[in-house]
Amino acid sequence: MLQLTNIDKTYRTSSVETLALNNINLNVKKGEFISVMGPSGCGKSTLLNIMGLLDEPTGGEISIDGSRVANYHDKELARLRNEKLGFIFQSFHLINDLSVLDNVEIPLLYRKTSAKVRRELAQEALEKVGLSNRMKHFPKQLSGGQKQRVAIARAIVGRPEIILADEPTGNLDSVMGNEILDILQKLNDDGATIVMVTHDDAMAQRTHRLVRLFDGTQVL
Amino acid sequence: MISNYLKLTWKVLLRHPFYTFITLFGITLTLTVLMVLTSFLDHLLGTHYPETKRDRSLYITRLVQKDTTHQGRNMGPMSFAFLKDYVKSLKTPENVGIATIFGFANTYVNGKRIKLNTKYTDADFWRVTEFDFVDGKPYTERNIDNGDHVAVITDDLRRQYFEDDEASVVGKFIDIESIKYRVIGVVKGSPVTRPYTYGDVYFPYTAPKSNYQDKGFRGRYLAIVLAKDKRDFPAIRTEYASNVGKIPLPQTDGGFTFHEMTTEANPYLEDFASVFLDGSRTTIVYSIIGFLMLMLMGLPAINLVNVNVSRIMERASEIGVRKAFGAPAKALLWQFIIENIFITLIGGMFALSLSFLIIQLINNSGWIPYADLTINFSVFAASIAVCLVFGLLSGVLPAYRMSKLKIVDALKS
Repeated sequence: MLQLTNIDKTYRTSSVETLALNNINLNVKKGEFISVMGPSGCGKSTLLNIMGLLDEPTGGEISIDGSRVANYHDKELARLRNEKLGFIFQSFHLINDLSVLDNVEIPLLYRKTSAKVRRELAQEALEKVGLSNRMKHFPKQLSGGQKQRVAIARAIVGRPEIILADEPTGNLDSVMGNEILDILQKLNDDGATIVMVTHDDAMAQRTHRLVRLFDGTQVL
Repeated sequence: MISNYLKLTWKVLLRHPFYTFITLFGITLTLTVLMVLTSFLDHLLGTHYPETKRDRSLYITRLVQKDTTHQGRNMGPMSFAFLKDYVKSLKTPENVGIATIFGFANTYVNGKRIKLNTKYTDADFWRVTEFDFVDGKPYTERNIDNGDHVAVITDDLRRQYFEDDEASVVGKFIDIESIKYRVIGVVKGSPVTRPYTYGDVYFPYTAPKSNYQDKGFRGRYLAIVLAKDKRDFPAIRTEYASNVGKIPLPQTDGGFTFHEMTTEANPYLEDFASVFLDGSRTTIVYSIIGFLMLMLMGLPAINLVNVNVSRIMERASEIGVRKAFGAPAKALLWQFIIENIFITLIGGMFALSLSFLIIQLINNSGWIPYADLTINFSVFAASIAVCLVFGLLSGVLPAYRMSKLKIVDALKS
């Protein structure tokens, strides 16, 4: 479904060159729940950003459903992100000026979907994460756990094939963290493919497969 | 999607009252200045009461006489005789009206002095203009030929002198500089900003103190030449130049010997501009007005770009999120352009209301007697167009920069 072949990522400044990822090869299969672990600064988030087409690799190839994305233009990449990928960020990245419902609708704004259908799908996604009673609220009125649930609803509203979660429980206490993981587990049980960056061994143990990075190199 | 953008714009406006204030203040102030200025220029140069035929009128208001060295120069209005011989005789125009530039006189009511602006005219003056007679009628050629002591006064003078706004004063007498004039008509006054028609009292040119019999070329008179159609302007100008060209040079006028004489029949704008720019053409006037307008619009636009860059930069994270969830750069560009146009139009509405208030204030203040400044359709349409240009100018550049932002960088902001 999503294949990374010989992926390198180097950050360059005028004086320093940092190798963030070195020859990463990863094949994410449909329905998998993969966790990516490693110490801080080992390249986990960089890897996830590259998988999610949020960043470009310095070398190597990314294929989604067998198509190489190297030569895709902005519009085609945007379409892929919109239709096939869903993101959950550690710091939620909700837009504070929009209501919960409007936040969840964001991915659907860039599709040919009527306002009525958008609303229905967003409500459905919020029901899945148990927040149907908070639709009119604004992010600032929610707890951390609730915010992350809104972020999950936003990630799944467009029914993407792959959900990429960057430390989704990193800003939450263990109870909230477990609740979020329960939701992700349920989504995976329903067929979603999930790649999750985490620091937590217990969380990683609940996934199907573990990818471990060290200094930008895949060690497991 | 647009309703989503507008909803977000509204919330962004409310979220940052200071930025909103600065942005709206800048837009409102600039557009207000622009609209009031345009309205004033329209009042000054447009076709308005009583010069409602200004668009097909040419003005002959100055004669320039120069000696051989070009050091000595004599410039000013013409004598009645000059205009009678060289302008009244024109065949192409529909009509030619002659009047003096306004002079001064005094009259007294119950021992209280009223300062008057006086004007001596011929009968055609009332035909090339369109004064609104609220009482009586203009004097005729017969009054002029008879040397009748008659006068047309303004409604304002009627109120001051006869202390009555309603009753007819036709046939009553007004004492000006110890001469009694019979009031023959009362007109709604012309603003002082239209000096060729402005006055408190109008006399036939044969009335005392008009100096219409003065010999020589120079005097106190000017002519308004009404063309049948503005397309006749070149023909009228040529005919006038040909008439004046017949005057043998050099000549001596009032003790000044001149070898060169220049006088032109100009449309009002050109005539107005030549007061400030001797001998220059409308191209220069338009260039100066254009430059001033550009400065008026350009500098605030640059400021607004800066304010907008800051305003949009602050929303980098939102841009990152939108791009991560599939927003193409073009969609984001449009989002910010729509936002900016929306804000600019709000500023435009404020400016329109404020301009309307200022214009009412000017009209009612009496600073300019009979001022009739308006926001007409063209001024309004131009203002809306300016609003949109502002919206685009101040929105496109920052929006373009932000839409090109790398997603990972935007999310880190």
